[in-house]
This record gives sequence, structure tokens and C-alpha cells, in this order.
Amino acid sequence: MEVGLKMAKMEVEVGVGVGEKEKLGFEATELRLGLPGNGEGEGGRKRGFSETVDLKLNLSSKDGSSESDPNYQKLNNLHKEKNLLPCATDPAKPPAKAQVVGWPPVRSFRKNMLAVQKSSRQEESEMGMSGNNNSTSAAFVKVSMDGAPYLRKVDLKMYNTYQDLYDALGKMFSSFTIGNCGSQGMKDFMNESKLMDLLYGSDYVPTYEDKDGDWMLVGDVPWRMFVQSCKRLRIMKSTEAIGLAPRAMEKCKNRS
Amino acid sequence: MRHDLSLQQMSEDDDRSPPVDLRCTSSSSINKTRNCSGSISASGSSSSASSSSVSIPIPVSIPVTEYQSPYPDQVLENVLETVLCFLTSRHDRNAASLVCKSWCRAEALTRSELFIGNCYAVSPARAMGRFSRVRSVVLKGKPRFADFNLMPLNWGAHFGPWVSSMTRFYPWLEKVCLKRMSVTDDDLALLAESFLGFKELMLVCCDGFGTSGLAFIASNCRQLRVLDLIESEVSDDEEDWISCFPEGESRLESLIFDCVECAINFEALEKLVTRSPSLKKLRLNRYVSIGQLYRLMIRAPQLTHLGTGSFSPSEVVAQGESEPDYASAFAACKSLVCLSGFREITPDYLPAIYPVCANLTSLNFSYANITAEHLKPIISNCHKLQIFWVLDSICDEGLQAVAATCKELRELRVFPVEAREDIEGPVSEVGLQAISLGCRKLQSILYFCQRMTNAAVIAMSENCPDLKVFRLCIMGRHRPDHLTGEPMDEGFGAIVRNCKKLTRLAISGLLTDRAFSYIGMYGKLVRTLSVAFAGDSDDGLKYVLQGCPRLQKLEIRDSPFGDAALHSGLHHYYNMRFLWMSSCRLTRQGCNQIARALPNMVVELIRFDSHEKQEEIDEVETLYMYRSLEGPRDDAQKNVTILKAEG
Repeated sequence: MEVGLKMAKMEVEVGVGVGEKEKLGFEATELRLGLPGNGEGEGGRKRGFSETVDLKLNLSSKDGSSESDPNYQKLNNLHKEKNLLPCATDPAKPPAKAQVVGWPPVRSFRKNMLAVQKSSRQEESEMGMSGNNNSTSAAFVKVSMDGAPYLRKVDLKMYNTYQDLYDALGKMFSSFTIGNCGSQGMKDFMNESKLMDLLYGSDYVPTYEDKDGDWMLVGDVPWRMFVQSCKRLRIMKSTEAIGLAPRAMEKCKNRS
Repeated sequence: MRHDLSLQQMSEDDDRSPPVDLRCTSSSSINKTRNCSGSISASGSSSSASSSSVSIPIPVSIPVTEYQSPYPDQVLENVLETVLCFLTSRHDRNAASLVCKSWCRAEALTRSELFIGNCYAVSPARAMGRFSRVRSVVLKGKPRFADFNLMPLNWGAHFGPWVSSMTRFYPWLEKVCLKRMSVTDDDLALLAESFLGFKELMLVCCDGFGTSGLAFIASNCRQLRVLDLIESEVSDDEEDWISCFPEGESRLESLIFDCVECAINFEALEKLVTRSPSLKKLRLNRYVSIGQLYRLMIRAPQLTHLGTGSFSPSEVVAQGESEPDYASAFAACKSLVCLSGFREITPDYLPAIYPVCANLTSLNFSYANITAEHLKPIISNCHKLQIFWVLDSICDEGLQAVAATCKELRELRVFPVEAREDIEGPVSEVGLQAISLGCRKLQSILYFCQRMTNAAVIAMSENCPDLKVFRLCIMGRHRPDHLTGEPMDEGFGAIVRNCKKLTRLAISGLLTDRAFSYIGMYGKLVRTLSVAFAGDSDDGLKYVLQGCPRLQKLEIRDSPFGDAALHSGLHHYYNMRFLWMSSCRLTRQGCNQIARALPNMVVELIRFDSHEKQEEIDEVETLYMYRSLEGPRDDAQKNVTILKAEG
């Protein structure tokens, strides 16, 4: 089984190689490397070739980890632009160097481990020691995606609508098309043919396991009810999700 | 003595170096190998002249009524085969195989472990055709820089062709070790179904498979003793693979799955451990809580190697609930010598490991974000420690504590909690200096830091003469000695000069061509060299290529070396495993010249953006080249251009 991640398209949104930075208009923001703390230049030594501030990017920033998603660094870093790291503390310090692909040479596996530890510690402190999902605390559910090497966790209480959730999932699993799961798309749920369009039209669809242990297509119930009943999420290949549709229709009809 | 962590990494740092081919002509070493393989299989050899001149002596038929004493050749071969069985080192065997044809033949028939350092250097058919009685295969694929996202996904190194050939040639295969290969679930299924006597599977830094593949292995390999998954990416297919091990007593001796990033069926695991009386090595993943660890440990007090899993309680432990006596579980493991894990450590539980500290030879805290205060009471008891991996969260102070106690330390690795360039950094030259003073027997060091001085590096070169592996990563690119402002040339120069056994070197910080001149002058045993953001001009690379006769693996990134420098290594490239140069100053023409001059090199130009065509672009993003008996591989993706040897 080919891990889906590896089969992702190689199209680079921003194709940057040495010497091609001009296309992107980066001259203004281009960094020249010098001794730390001294800004430009370093007396005497020639640094001939322009430093490869390689914007094919390394997503291992530790702050704002929910966005940067280090678990998918391996894939994402080939596709996205990396902004300069903001200088967090002292404005008098020179701006931080943009991160370079594969530097420092720490295996993504190791980087990911530490990031995952950090985020699960955050989750635990948010959840409190009891670990129960009551109405005020967070509602963490695992999210898996077919073909992805890691599971993620999301807190459903952080979102108010399905669209918010899809946006977040979209960011997490950004190279895959989740499909037209906007609120309009979900209203079409009851219409079987449009449902089939949805399933055939995208590579992946989000599904969830509810309290009864059934696997359902996401979006068939009102949001609040979904948050209460969802135990875990799985972003399934749409070819596999086809089989869920009839059951989803059944359950919807029974509920309404 | 082979230490466990390095063994698991399948590192060749401990190997003896192979015989050096001192001849200047490039084809000589290839011809020798080809003679031997050419004599057995007539296919594919590009040096047809030499292979056609080789002939296999065919025994003349003897009438059965007459007794005739065995030919001297036969006696010799019998003796040889008997004697050769005792040769285990592949370097010794390679040397023996070069003596003459009959030695080559005898050696081929008695080799039981096949080591392929670059899966593209030889085809499965050729390798297996020569060595027909192999029981164990070790295969390495991608170059190391692939670990740092410098290689496109799906570049290659597929296990598929190898496992297919193995089903044909090696029905009695027992052991497979792969490093940096792409392995699919289908490959694992084929492996599991094809070899009745299969015993050991080790996958190091591999990817492409998931828990379904593991399920195949667990359920079908009835003789399985070793299943080691080390730093591999395993996708979660939601297969309960642990439950797939067959009922009844298991022969498992080693089960390592700390890299598997999905939950496992704990009840099944507990039952498995209970019915595995030979289990010596068990490394759990972070989905195993400390409470669960306890339950496993009390069932397996015979363990010698333990990976503790998360080492923190699961969420359901409430305040005031009584917890098991973890320390007693550790105390019961009287044979424990190697401890790792601590994947999500709650430091409060650390004292539980006190009972085993005095016996530990290997301790891996490299996932444990602990402070010097947490570390000190532990490390002060670890007098026998030889291998120590840790995070820089322990700071220089923690390293001082290590230096004070661990007088037997052979290998130290200090990893960064935050792998960034723009932060202060908790370890520095102070820690390095302390280690060099306290740990005189040090042989291998990997040290990530933000700042360093030449003085500390020089001190280490003088205090630790046994150093074979010196890898210093100053994370800020081009950082000079932070006290003097000088380049780090003198420090690394002292390392190559004073450490006479040095075989592996990784350099960093601000470095001029002078550093390279030192390496070329003194680094006569260096086999592996890693260079990043270093040097001034072509001279740097020239010094190394001309000065280091043992160089086998050279990986360079973001350094100002161009075609002229590349050209200066022509005499040596056939002796190397590979050369990697990315973001340097190479051009397509320069690489073409190499490809033409060295027809048995596979010269790959790799671009990340598959829309760009290397044929139309002058500059080379990444050059990866390696010797091969097979010519260009046929599984290259669009973003790889393999240069032709002609024109």
C-alpha cells in the first residue's frame, strides 16, 4: 500500500530554486547571511553565491503549532511558502533567519515526536485530569486519514459549524481535496443524486464514528448533535465511502 | 563490542574499512568484481572483453570403474569452503574472493549474509545469482540526506524487486534488514508468505507500509524471532497487528515498535509477552502508558532491552488512586542493560528506574524533555554507561553531571529540543569541554548546539584520542567561534589531526577552505564526510577528494563547490558508495563530463519541481551519483534525470 502522502502531487505552488527568486519578487525580503547580531557583512570573507534561502520550507516552527502541523512537514514543505519567522521578543534584535529545508539536520520523525508531545501536553492540560468529556471541557476526537502516517486530534468544541471543521481539516491534510463540503453541499445530503456527486467529485470525504459505533458521513446531523455523538473522525477515500451513503440516508430519514 | 543503539542504526561506523584500491585508473576495481560475477552469469556485463575471457573449469567425466584421486582443485575447493565458513566479515570475504576464480567461487558458495550498501549498485538477479546460499540480506537504499527532506518523495529504493527475486533465489531466507528503503504492504505480504523459515525482520528508517503489512508478518511468519521497527514511518491502517501473532508459545526474542504511531491492542500485547519466554528486547510505543508498562514488565523480568513507551499515566488515573510499585518492577529486571522510550515522560516517575541504573550500558533519553535536576540523580548511578542519548534540555549542567560519572562512555548523542537557528540554545562549548575531560574513552559523538568554540573542540581532540565518529552540528549556519569570532577551521583541524582513528566526520559552523585542507591532509581514514554551508571555493572540495583515499560517502549541501571541484575526484569516484551535492555550484555540463568519463557511475540530477526540465536548465539543484554494475535504473521519476554516458 502506497502511503497516500507520498503520492501527493509534486506541483509546487511556488517553485523556487537557486537563482529563481526573482520571479517571486523576493529581493526586498531576501536575507543575506552574516554573523549573528551583526546584520550584514563580515569583514574580509567573500560570500560569493547568494545564500539559498530556500523557501521550499521547513514547517517546524514551534509556536502556533496547530497551524503548522509538523506531522505533515514531509509533504507540506515541498509545497508551501515559508514566511520569515517573527521575532518574538526583542524588536532590536535582527530578524530571525528564514528556515531552510532540512536544516538543522534533525529527522522529521524526531522533530514530530517532540511537537506531538508538546501538543498532547497542551491537550491534557486543557482537558483536565478527569479526562471526561462534559459540556464545558474540550471534546477531543482522533482524526485519521487514509494513507496518512499519523493520527491527529481535534477539539470539536473549537468549531461552531461544519465549515470551520472542514477548514481546519483542510489545513491539516492540505494536499488532499476534501471536496465540496460547504454548508450548501451538506444541504444536498438528503438528495441522493447530489450526494453521489459529492462522493464521486472528491478524493476524500470525512466520516465519523458515532455513539452507536456506526460510521457515518459527516454533515448529516445538526452541528451540536454531531459534536455530542462523534467519537472519532476518519477521512476516507471516497471510493470506500460510497458504501456508507445508503446507511447515511437511512439514518437521516429515521431522525427527521 | 557492538553496542546496541549503533547496531540498530545499521551504522557502518564500526566496520573495518575495505581494501583500498590504490590504482588510478577507474575501471580496475569494477573489472575485478565483474570477472567473478561474469563467470557465473553471462548477462549484462558491459565489459564484455573481460567476461568472455573468463571460463569455468568443467570437470572431465571419469569412468566409474577406475578410481582416481580427487583433482587438486577439488581438494582445494573443499578445504576452502570449510575454511571460508569461518570468515564472517564481508570485507575479509571480498578480499578472499579476489584471489582467483576458484576462491571467488568457493567464497560465493559459502557466503551466508549478503550486504548491499546501495540497492542500485547491483541488480537482485546479479547479486543473488552469484551468492546462492544466502540466508540473510541487508539492503540500504536512500542516502542519508533523504531523512532531512532533501529528496523528493517516491525517489526510489523500492524493496519490491528485491523481495520478488528473493522468493526465487532464496527459499531458505531467514533474515532481512532494510535501511531507508521503500517497502509496501504487498512486499511484506510476499515476504511473509514466501519464506517458511523466516526469522528476523529489521526495518530502519523505512516507509511506505502500514499496520496491515505488519499484520501479514505477524500472522504468517511462524518462526519469527525478531521484529524490529526503528524510526520507520508506519501508517495506521487500523489493523490490530499485535493480535495477529499466532496462539501458543512464541519464539519472539525482540519486538521493537516504538516508532509506530498508532494505538495497539494492549490486552493482546500482554498475552503475547506472557507467552514469549525468550523475549529479551521490547520497545513499546508512546501509546503504552506507564501502568500498562508495569503489567508487561512483571511478565517479562528477563528483558535485557526495554523501551518504556510513554512513561506517563494514561488519562484515566485520578488523584489519590493507588499506583503500582514501578520501582519494584524495574528491580525485578535484573538483566536490564539498555533502557529507552520515555516518549511523553512525566518526570515524577523517573525515580522508578533507580534500581537498574547501576547495570545500564545504554540509556536513551532523547525523547525525554527533562532538566539537569531530573537527570542528576539518575546519571550519578550510571557508572557502567557506554551509550547515552539525550536532549539538550539537560543543559551544560546536565552534561557536566554525565562527565562526572560516566567514565566508560563510548557514545554520546545530544539532540535539540528545538531544532532552530535563532535561539539561545541550552548547550554549548562548556558541555562539550566537560564531556571531553570526563569521558576519555569516548568513541562517537553527535552534538547539536547553537554556539561553540575552537578551544573546546581542540580539547576534545586531545582528551579523546579514541574518537572514530565526530559529528558537530552548530545549528546556526556559518557561526564562527563565538568567543574569538574566528572560523571553526582550527577545531576541526585538530580533530582530524589528533584523532587517528577517525572514520566519520560532520562539520558545521563558519568554515573556510582551510578546514578542508586539514581534512585532506590528516583525514586519511575518513570514510564518511558531511558538509553543509561550508567552504569558500572549489579548492575546499579538491583538498578532500585528493587527500582522503578512504572516502566512501560524501554528502555536501549548500557549499560553493563547482564543476572543477567535481572533476578533481574522477580518480576516486569508483571507490565510493556515493556522492551527494545539493545546492552547490554544479552545472549540467560539468555533470555530463563526469558521466562521460565514468561510464559505470549513475549520475542523477534531481529537481524538486517536476515541471522544470533539467535538460533545459543549466544549474544543478541536486547531484546524486553512485557506482553501479547495472547502468541507469528504470524506476526513476520525472524529477530525476539520469545522465547518459555517451555524448
